[in-house]
Amino acid sequence: MNDSPLLQCNDVRKAFPKPDGAELLVLEGMNLELREGQIVGLLGRSGSGKSTLLRLIAGLAEPTAGQLRYMGRPIAGPAPGIAMVFQSFALFPWLTVFENVALGLEAQRMPRADIRKRSLAAIDLIGLDGFESAYPRELSGGMRQRVGFARALVVHPNILLMDEPFSALDVLTAETLRTDFLDLWAEGRMPIKGVILVTHNIEEAVLMCDRILVFGSNPGRILSEIKVPLTQPRNRLDPSFRELVERIYVEMTARPPGGSSAARQERFAGLGIGSVLPRVSSNLLAGLMETVAAPPFNGKADLPDIASDLQMEIDELFPVAETLQMLRFAELEGGDLKLTEDGLAFARSELDERKRIFTRHLLTYVPLAAHIRRVLDERASHSARKSRFVDELEDFMNEEAADQTLRAVVSWGRYAEAFAYDDDHAMFSLENPT
Amino acid sequence: MNRFAPQAFLRDFASRWDVLAFIVVIGLIAFLGETSRGLFAPLSQLEITPLSLDPSHLPEYAARTTFRMLAGLALSLVFTLTYATWAAKSERAGKLLVPILDILQSVPILGFISITVVFFMSLAPGRVLGAEFAAIFAIFTSQAWNMAFSFYQSLRTVPLELTEASESFRLSPWMRFWQLEVPFGMPALIWNMMMSMSGGWFFVVASESISVGSTTVALPGVGSYIALAIQQKNLSAIGWAIATMLVVILLYDQVLFRPLVAWVDRFRVEQEPGVRVPDSWALTMMRRSRLIQASTVAFHSAVLWTSRAVKRGDEPLVAAAAPKRRLDVLWVSLVVAAVVLGLWHIVWVLIKNTSPREALEVCGLATLTMLRVFVLIALASCVWVPVGVWVGMRPRAAQIVQPIAQFMAAFPANLLFPIAVYGIVSWKLNPDIFLSPLMILGTQWYILFNVIAGASAIPAEMRYVAANFRVTGWLWWRKVALPAILPFYVTGAITASGGSWNAAIVAELATWGDTRVKARGLGSYIAEATAAGDFHRIILGIGTMSLFVVVINRLFWRPLYYYAERKYRLT
Repeated sequence: MNDSPLLQCNDVRKAFPKPDGAELLVLEGMNLELREGQIVGLLGRSGSGKSTLLRLIAGLAEPTAGQLRYMGRPIAGPAPGIAMVFQSFALFPWLTVFENVALGLEAQRMPRADIRKRSLAAIDLIGLDGFESAYPRELSGGMRQRVGFARALVVHPNILLMDEPFSALDVLTAETLRTDFLDLWAEGRMPIKGVILVTHNIEEAVLMCDRILVFGSNPGRILSEIKVPLTQPRNRLDPSFRELVERIYVEMTARPPGGSSAARQERFAGLGIGSVLPRVSSNLLAGLMETVAAPPFNGKADLPDIASDLQMEIDELFPVAETLQMLRFAELEGGDLKLTEDGLAFARSELDERKRIFTRHLLTYVPLAAHIRRVLDERASHSARKSRFVDELEDFMNEEAADQTLRAVVSWGRYAEAFAYDDDHAMFSLENPT
Repeated sequence: MNRFAPQAFLRDFASRWDVLAFIVVIGLIAFLGETSRGLFAPLSQLEITPLSLDPSHLPEYAARTTFRMLAGLALSLVFTLTYATWAAKSERAGKLLVPILDILQSVPILGFISITVVFFMSLAPGRVLGAEFAAIFAIFTSQAWNMAFSFYQSLRTVPLELTEASESFRLSPWMRFWQLEVPFGMPALIWNMMMSMSGGWFFVVASESISVGSTTVALPGVGSYIALAIQQKNLSAIGWAIATMLVVILLYDQVLFRPLVAWVDRFRVEQEPGVRVPDSWALTMMRRSRLIQASTVAFHSAVLWTSRAVKRGDEPLVAAAAPKRRLDVLWVSLVVAAVVLGLWHIVWVLIKNTSPREALEVCGLATLTMLRVFVLIALASCVWVPVGVWVGMRPRAAQIVQPIAQFMAAFPANLLFPIAVYGIVSWKLNPDIFLSPLMILGTQWYILFNVIAGASAIPAEMRYVAANFRVTGWLWWRKVALPAILPFYVTGAITASGGSWNAAIVAELATWGDTRVKARGLGSYIAEATAAGDFHRIILGIGTMSLFVVVINRLFWRPLYYYAERKYRLT
């Protein structure tokens, strides 16, 4: 009987309708199986749809196509055997720790005495003894997330869903909570049979999971599945641990197979005016180029090394690295970041020369920047309304992405002094204030 | 061993907070009984026991006025929880309900009284109850719209993760409403309640002594007392009424709102530890007292019990998502029909009973009143912005002045009108000019306390920078102080402007004994139409005023507000 999976996702697809009738695809071809005794990690950057998949499993949203089954039954709305732990804890500030924990049982209309017994047991298990009558505001972040865990465990779920549960905590607290959780899990003291963990922290995934699904973006899809054969408790410094981390970095920086995935087009590859640009400040770009150019990297750096050197999570590091790649200041492959000739030249130069190099690359490799500059050059007034470009962008992307893209290009254009922008009047121009 | 320890026994039996609480509770019950006794008396009762200017009656009158206030507040709360919830939960209904609320907000509240008093009197013919209804309804109109708006906004901004948590733990909609949505909306709701309370006092005073055409009612209360005092030119009675009102508002603030504000602090979602919790002796009493604790536990259990009793809908998500086209069509056609009917009715009534020339004239009067409002706001700003900034930069001074400013805003300024009118009559001043300040007498305080709040919110670092670079004088005002307080100032000015339009109806036409002083404007037009019971002119006047207020809000205040929020809000 234990052979039937706790959870099954078959060809799940999720899309949101856009105002113009087309649809925005966020998840595609999701196949996933959770069996008893497993922790499965969903690893990816923001926008890779991993949280969306978690919400589909939780019954908080519905798939556009495909099937989700919990213990063999299709999921329609929140299922009684699936509980969730939230990134921002999602505690009710007006309820005490005890009341917060008891809430899920109240909803089930369990007899009072049982609610009390079970809630106290859960509070005890998760190490919150003595805090029953405290309000969440009185607790530290770590204690709050413990309440989140207790609240989820008290309903005795078969599956525990965790949405980046440690990412709002400081490094030390997060580590304590992870270890405590793994101990309870290993000892079988929690009433749960399987766990799905969403994270963007590669080490966390390798530390906690039995299997890791690496997600790619635009639209969200599974790039690869990685088994973690290490035994618990795991050691971060163990060479086989490091090797797995390195391997995941390689997976995540791999060029898309075939290169012609329509999905990839929205970001960087085959870059047209209609591609979404990330908001990465020129300071970050310059800083990363300088770091990679300097010893010990000398122009070529291993991403895990640089991530731990700079204390950056992949969510922060990848956009910067990819922007460098887009501007042809660096090559990103096989988990390495290698500066190009111009990248090295930039890192060595003074401010004026840097700006000259940056302008050249911006106007050559970012079609939107080139387009704005061309329009301004052609007009007698050398000025143009922002709305004009917004309209053009919105043919390709939604309003929010268009706004982000324009902000990115404005910030780079200002740094390069390629054009000026006046926010009060929403006007682009060639004049800089004197 | 078995020695009887009286002190310990007493401590167990009742804390001193219990004693205090007992007195307050019994006092409240007695008060409710006392004041509601007269409700079913026939109207003629009012003539048999006419109002008396003897100050010894004032406590009773004040109690009655307060009772009306509470009733209006309770009604507003019920309205808020239903109307706003409906508007937020049903997309279809929301499309109509929200704009309606927006327009209702712009209708002058005294206009509601003029129109509705006859209707309410006919509900309970010949009984005091009808007149009470009208007065309570006036208070309701001064609070309900604000409160409903605030609750609607809250419902729309419940943090997504909290909603997901309550869904994931399968709370029934009923439970979700009481456990998540109401608590979440509570802080904003209480704050709005307190703010609109200020308006409430103004209108409860104005609505107690109502006369529309031949229908004249003077309900026992502070408002009627002062109306009588005006009629009899009794200056000392007016002094007594003002003193009474000061005490009433102070009590209301201490016993009702301070505890509420302190209590509601726990419902704030931003969970920053270390933020100072507002304190209130009354709340401490309630918390410490076992009597009151027991009753809050009872309320909590009631919520949980009803949650259990209400059947939970285990319907799948699918059903709710699919839009029902046919119902949509029906809904839209119903709305269109209602609008067309309403429009036709208004046009027909107006064309039949008034001339286009009159309409034009009313617009001219409205322009006059508008001019007054703007000039007064500008004048008040010139005075209160510098004062507010000065006070706001000094925490000590702010602590003293801020509550006073809020208190002044709550004080019904119309109680002070007779004194001003007395002055105008005695010195034969030009009423077109000298009646005008009355419009802003009660509302200017909104500007002051918002500016104080803004100035105290200027980060210390920003002030250090200014001092460090020796930014002083006019440059300091232009580059530091004024931009920093602008969002706050605009909020205050909007409230002040709205309040002044409302006050115009009372301020532009004032009496002292049999002397009438009148300033030309839309306010006096409506007041005269009301006194004459000329229903069509009331409609024309109020319609025009609502139109002016809506247009000014849309074209002037709202853009200014967004501009200030976007550009100058310090976060």
